[in-house]
Amino acid sequence: MTAHDVPGGAAWSLRVRPGREVRFTALGPGACCSLLLLTSDGDRLNVPDTLKAQMSARIAPPMVLMSDRGVGLASVTGSSLDWHDALCGHSTDRHVTSHASYQEHRNDRRVSARTGLLSELRKRGFDRTDLHASVNLFSKVAVAADGALSLVTDHCAADDWVTLRTEVELLLVMSTSPHPLDLEWKPADVRVTVTAAPPDDGPRLSRAESARALDAAREVLA
Amino acid sequence: MTAVLAGDGHLVMLPAGATLRITDLEGNQAADTLLFDSADLDNRYSAVDTVREQANAYLTTGSALLSTDLDVLATVTADTVGRHDTLGGACSQESNVIRYGTHTRHQHACRETFIRWGAPVGITPRHLTHNINFFMNVPLTPDGGLTFADGLSGPGQYVELTAARDVYVLISNCPQLNNPCNGWNPTPIEVTLS
Repeated sequence: MTAHDVPGGAAWSLRVRPGREVRFTALGPGACCSLLLLTSDGDRLNVPDTLKAQMSARIAPPMVLMSDRGVGLASVTGSSLDWHDALCGHSTDRHVTSHASYQEHRNDRRVSARTGLLSELRKRGFDRTDLHASVNLFSKVAVAADGALSLVTDHCAADDWVTLRTEVELLLVMSTSPHPLDLEWKPADVRVTVTAAPPDDGPRLSRAESARALDAAREVLA
Repeated sequence: MTAVLAGDGHLVMLPAGATLRITDLEGNQAADTLLFDSADLDNRYSAVDTVREQANAYLTTGSALLSTDLDVLATVTADTVGRHDTLGGACSQESNVIRYGTHTRHQHACRETFIRWGAPVGITPRHLTHNINFFMNVPLTPDGGLTFADGLSGPGQYVELTAARDVYVLISNCPQLNNPCNGWNPTPIEVTLS
């Protein structure tokens, strides 16, 4: 088992082989984990394709996270929350203006999700060309009938969790800086635990579209 | 004035201050559109940054079309429809297989059009991100649903974009036959630069 606590306001990345369960646990209320998924040959999590294939405006179990090339990269196998935002991107330096100076604030310097994600992407040989929409685990942005978007601020409590099963070998790139619509800087730590994934047919049986994305994942290694 | 037939693409260099009108000639025709800062192709239209900063999921008159770096690439300066989608993405051969089955793997799709028409100016598949679907109706619901509905557009409806900097506008006139986004019958659009 691999476990790592990503402090609030930090970024991290890890490679995970297929068939693993990656559990994200909020270690405090109001966590946000902006997550990108990539493969070593440049395929990427595609949020619009994921949402339209499964007729959803949010990420929740038992959805399959789909790529540019029509591959089910990972399945959402469980969560204590019924809504993870994927519509609103991640914070940039325009959202994080206070505590910008390391000289003044030392390790309390604040870093936007964009800055952290780009740093991790670049360490792995990717760059801003590869930026796509992120999934913001633990965050909910409500959609009104007229399309208005508003952050639900009490959505995530301590110990809320979500599990993904990797369907292909993946690079996970994540930032725990606050959601870009969150006006307060109170980032929570997020624990990431990787174990062997138990069998779970939920995503495959949920819809024909999800099953076909998982079929494509099998063909990646055929 | 250029007619773009169904299943064809178009690439326009739109100088700062210039306006591009896209007209849905026969109605209910999705015009999949991407914008790129012509001086920096990585500084390209970002659907999620755009909807978050305007705090609304739909595009209409007044919408600032933002880039990945949060620069305004263009503004929607006219819109006779009232609402356009930017969260439904473009069709691709690969996503068609997921949505409709393997028999659609070699049907024509917007992503193929983007790849072909973007290549002459260096736009590669890596540069292709989540696009605008002018004239397409993808309602979101408060309980987290998303559907592809019959379009709100009709014959002669149009949208205008005014560039805030020099941008490439890359358009795929959507060939999708498997859902109602083109009213089950893809038709021409018209592109006018002024």
